This record gives sequence, C-alpha cells and structure tokens, in this order.
Amino acid sequence: MSSELQLSKDLQDFIKTWKDKPGNLIMILHRVQQEYKYVPREVALYLSKELNVPLAKIYGVVTFYHFFKLKKPGRHNIQVCIGTACYLKGGGDLLLELENLLGVGVGGVTGDGLFSIEGVRCVGCCGLAPVAVIDGEVFGKLKKDKLPEIIAKFKDK
Amino acid sequence: MAKATVADLQKIAQEQSGVKSAYQKVVLVCGGTGCESSKSDLIYQNLRQGAQDAGLTNVQVIKTGCFGFCEKGPIVKVQPDESFYVEVKPEDAAEIVAEHLVKGQEVARLLYDKNKKPGTKADDIDFYKKQVRVVLRNCGIIDPENIHEYIARDGYQALAKVLFELTPEQVIEELKKSGLRGRGGAGFPTWRKWDFSKAAPGAQKYIVCNADEGDPGAYMDRSTLEGDPHSVLEAMTIAGRTIGANRGFIYIRAEYPLAIHRLEIAIKQSRELGLLGKGILGSNFDFDIELRLGAGAFVCGEETALLASIEGSRGMPKPRPPFPAVKGLWGQPTVINNVETYANIAAIILKGGEWFAGMGTATSKGTKVFALTGKVKNSGLIEVPMGTTLREIIFDIGGGISSGKKFKAAQSGGPSGGVIAEEFLDTPIDYENLAKIGSIMGSGGLIVMDEDDCMVDVAKFYLEFTVDESCGKCSPCRIGGKQILGLLEKITKGQGALEDIEKIKKIGKAMQRASLCALGGTAANPVISTLKYFEQEYLEHINAKKCRAGKCKDLLAFSIIAEKCKGCGLCLRKCPAGAISGEKLKPHVIAEKKCIKCGACLASCKFGAIVRK
Repeated sequence: MSSELQLSKDLQDFIKTWKDKPGNLIMILHRVQQEYKYVPREVALYLSKELNVPLAKIYGVVTFYHFFKLKKPGRHNIQVCIGTACYLKGGGDLLLELENLLGVGVGGVTGDGLFSIEGVRCVGCCGLAPVAVIDGEVFGKLKKDKLPEIIAKFKDK
Repeated sequence: MAKATVADLQKIAQEQSGVKSAYQKVVLVCGGTGCESSKSDLIYQNLRQGAQDAGLTNVQVIKTGCFGFCEKGPIVKVQPDESFYVEVKPEDAAEIVAEHLVKGQEVARLLYDKNKKPGTKADDIDFYKKQVRVVLRNCGIIDPENIHEYIARDGYQALAKVLFELTPEQVIEELKKSGLRGRGGAGFPTWRKWDFSKAAPGAQKYIVCNADEGDPGAYMDRSTLEGDPHSVLEAMTIAGRTIGANRGFIYIRAEYPLAIHRLEIAIKQSRELGLLGKGILGSNFDFDIELRLGAGAFVCGEETALLASIEGSRGMPKPRPPFPAVKGLWGQPTVINNVETYANIAAIILKGGEWFAGMGTATSKGTKVFALTGKVKNSGLIEVPMGTTLREIIFDIGGGISSGKKFKAAQSGGPSGGVIAEEFLDTPIDYENLAKIGSIMGSGGLIVMDEDDCMVDVAKFYLEFTVDESCGKCSPCRIGGKQILGLLEKITKGQGALEDIEKIKKIGKAMQRASLCALGGTAANPVISTLKYFEQEYLEHINAKKCRAGKCKDLLAFSIIAEKCKGCGLCLRKCPAGAISGEKLKPHVIAEKKCIKCGACLASCKFGAIVRK
C-alpha cells in the first residue's frame, strides 16, 4: 500500500454513515477488510483519528477476532474447513496436501502472491464434508487428488 | 406498497394463494448453502428458462430454503406430484422440463425413490418419516425472498394477535405453558428471560438474536435464516412488544453471506409493508431490527461476550449476575435468544402453548433441530420431537453408518459437549438425559463417529479448538485448557503416562468449577466424557503405544509383508515421501524414517501386503 492513503468514496461514505453509531468499530472493520482483504495499518491509523478511538483498541479488536487479518492474503485465498465433520472426513489431510502443493504453510502466501491457505471453522456445509472454499466457490466432498486440478484452474483466473 | 393493516395481511395471503393455485405445478429448488455450492442456482435458472422456452405459463419455479437432506443435494421437488429429485445437475433441468413439466412423466432416474408408486408423498421417505417440523415449517416450502409467501402461511398473524388481542402478560403465560427452553444450549426457560426483562426498569430495552453459530459441525440456525428469515423477525418483534423494547439486533456470523443477504431482503420487505418501523400494523407499537456482524469468535456465543461484540469491543464475557435480562446491551434490559428459539415463537402464539407442550418429554417440550453429520449415510438437517432416541435419529432417519463400519459414538454439543456411547443409543434425548450421561443438548450439532475415529484424537481436536477460542480473561480456562491439551498431545504421541489421566481429570474439574463463562466451564467435557466411556483407548495409547483407529500418526508403523508383495511398484509410485524402495517384481520395503504415515500405500496395495501397526 502506498504511503499516500486514499480511501475509496464508498468506504468514506460508509465510515461517515457509521461514525456516530454506538458499536460501529466492528462493522467498519468488516467494510475495510471487504475492500483491502485485510486491515492495513494506515487504515487503522486513519480510523483511530476519524472515530476518535485509540489505535490500541482497534488492534485489540482486530487481533481478537479470527475473521480480521493483518496480512494481505493471496489473490486466491483457499479456505479449508476444519470444523468437526470436515476434520473427521479428512479436512486435515487436505490442508497438508495443499501445503505440499503450494509450498507454504497455513497463513502463508505463495511467492507469486497468487495463493494463500487458511484453515477455517465450520462453513456450515457439513453434509458435503470435507469442504474447501476458494473465492467464495465451495468445493464439497473434496478428495486430495482433486486439488492440483483446482489450483490450476484458479491459477489462470 | 403502503403500510399494511391486519386486513391487508389477509388480503395478501388470499392473493398469494390465488397466485399459487393458478399454477398447475410448482417446482421447488433448494437454495440452501449446501445445495447452492453444488450449483443449485444454475439448476434454478435452467429450469426457469426451460419452462419459459417451453411456453409453460402454468408452472412456477421458485428457490426455497434448505430441504435438510444435504447428503443428496441439490434437491428439486415438484408439487403437487410429490416428486423428490436428488443429486440433480444443471444439465438435468432440460429433461425435467421436457419429460415432467411438459409430458407429465416423472424422471425416474433422478427420483430418490426410483420405484416410487403414485400417491406416495415425499415426506414418506425414511429421512422425513419421523421428523416433525415446527422450526423448519417453511424451509423448503416457501421462497424466503418473498414476504408474501411467508404471509400466505400464516406469517405475521402471531404478531397481529400479540398486538391486538393479547396483553404482554398473556404472551408470557402462553410461553410458560409451552415449556419452551432456550435452544442455544443451556435450556433456560424462555418465558423467564422475557419476564425478567419486562419487569426490569429501563428507558431503552433491547431484543437480541444470537445467530453466531460458532459450534463447528452445526448449521441449524444458518438454514433457518436462509429458509425462513421472517419467522425470526416476527418473533423478535413479538418479544419487543412483550417486554417493551423497540430496537432489535441480529448478531450473525460474517461467514454466512447467504443468510445475511436473505435477512437484509427480509428486513427491507418488512419495512416496506410496515411490519417493522413505526406504528406496526396500524398499532402504536414501533420496532426495528438491525444486523450486526460477528467476526469469528466462538466465545461470542456466550451472551455477555456477544453483547460486548455488538458494542464494538473484544468479545469478552462478564461475570453474571447481573444477567442481560436486567443489565444487557449498553447496560439496558435485553432479551437474548438464539435463532431456533425465536423460530418457535410464532407457532406457539398461534397454536397455543398446550399444543407445543404436547410434544416432547416431561422437562423438554417441543422439537429440536439437529445438524446430523459425520459418518452417517443421510447427513443433513433434521427436526424431531424432544425425546426421540439417538438410535432413531442415526439409524432410522440417518440410515446408519456411511462407511458400513461399526458405530462408535455420537458427539453432541460441540466443543462444550461430550460423546454419547453406544450403550445410550436408546436414551430419549432431552436436556436432562444428555446432561446425565455427560454431554449437553448444545445448539444441535450431532456428529456420528465410527471405528476409524480415535476418541483421544477427537478430545484433542476439541481442546485445540477451545484453547484457540479462549478469550484469556480468566485463568482456569486460559491455563487449564492449554495444560490438558499438552497432556493429550503427549498421549497421542505415545509419551503419555498413567498419572496424566488423573491430572486431566483434576484440571478439568477445576475448569468446570472456576471458569468465568460456559466456554471454560464446559471446555473439558469432551475429554472427561471420552475418558468416562473410552478409557480403554486412552490406556492403549499410554501402555501399548497403540491407536486402534489408526489416527494418531506417531503411534503408527507401516511395513510390507515380503511373502505377499509382488513387487508391482504401485505403492512406490503412490508414496508421496519417497519412503518405499525395491526392484520390480521383488518385495519392496518401507524406510520407516522417511515414512510420513499417510497410508497411501496401504490404500493402493491390491495384494494385502502392507500392514499398519
């Protein structure tokens, strides 16, 4: 991110709408992450001034919740469900295989910035276990030998 | 449309049923998250387009909420023919249109019951036969994005009754008669929460819906919101009227985009009809609902933590009392119930508390929704009367174990619950019975495990979860959980000692008694209950360094029986670690140091030459 912080008009409007509502911080952080895929430090600093909230409180909230990220994920974030049903049906093996295939661990981003891997809690498709979600597309009853094909498909996107 | 009155509601309902009866056939396509992920939206588009292209003006195609039978999704149902199509693909739409909708011939190959006889109903199949749908009454039947469809099924009639016929005291009395208890897990009587909040002084009271379904392996609330969002909005408005609150919040997981989307549509449509906002249905009662997004913290299922999160802070629990009913959101009296609890309310108001209390056991009334998952044939969302046995759920509705292996245990209540061993398969499920055998009702996750699942590993899985999710505020949970997890890791690595079991029990007891909130207080349950019923497995890990389920990799060793090995080289090619060597047509060997114990060789060998110890 450049040092010159320029928030989009939509984001600015959103912040303006929520500015004086009690309990606004988490909703605003969601909107920030929707835009940047993570919460950049510069934006956190901006929010601190704009909302008159200590930066420490913002970071306190961001680090408390799993959903918020401080590091930019890959262009395609691969979420592997490790909820109970998926775990029992091999969600953990999918994670290991992905780590092997992409050469990065959970939470890491590939060198070309294309992929990142994330283990997520139940996405609520337990009937389809094990499940992975890539850019919102759900892959159910997934077997690990399908993974190379799926990665190849997203590589070109 | 202008603000509706009670008479308008009836008019909408009549018009809507007129619209419905004008159609000869109605095609219902499941639009739950599970089926949508298998392209049900494309099926829906194709069916619509196909019907239009064929000039079928007397056929309606709608997208509904979850049918529940997720294992066989995507599901398409055609009424009034009671045709229940399963595992439908987008390209099947053309055949359904051409054969069924145009010629009137069911597409037998897509039917769940391939030998379906005329006159049989979709609800007659085993998966549905024992189910009773109160909470899910509209799921899979109405279009959740059309408020008129909800109204046509008595939607907002309960609200009208509460606004114009009943006093708040009568509403609470009806809830009391019904015996409805909180479906979030603890089972606190709903009427008492409402009564406390009603009596509590406060200028601004709040109604909160807990839709932060964080329990891994559970999706009851998501499906309810996706399939019938108005049932929750109506109930929250009823609660507001009853306790004197005019603002409501739904705290929902950000991980549920479809449920959020449908709620947003539902709230918008309700406002347009004046079912939310000022002077609802022409009364002097104002009420409105806003959404607040969760951000992935399991502890926010705890009510005081959830309220802290709505306030925009870290979701840390507070000591109770004071209870939220008296001092909740921003210090004001707050009723907080979960999605399933609310989804029961309108039905109770319309049909009466006694009707509801007619279902269930002595202490637990009504029905319960479960997300039946794991090693079960018919995985899906089910609703059964309280008091149904686990055997009925797993074997009659669920169709038994998917792998054909032996049932080992079922887990209820997620990370706060325990395992239910085979000996309790015939126990009627209710709050008290589950507590008695060391588990809890919980929110409704029900995970079936077979012989391939290691009980020590399962306990470790849940402890990893709760350690990760502990907010860190109180030390019994923060430190105790970590200590138990460490001991479990030791045991699964084959480094455990007998005294570790005593230590686990002792720490678990301390956590149960001294933790600030239910997360810590129940975190040890998965370990304590597996120890109670499967101690033998723990002892095997410790004494014999053996994991009978073959899950704990550090205790496994793979080897090749030279006499049986034909030297085909298949395992050598399959091994991802390059741990197998050998010349062609001669017995191969596994280098134990290189082996990552993935089991790929065992699965690939056609001669039974590879063994796991």
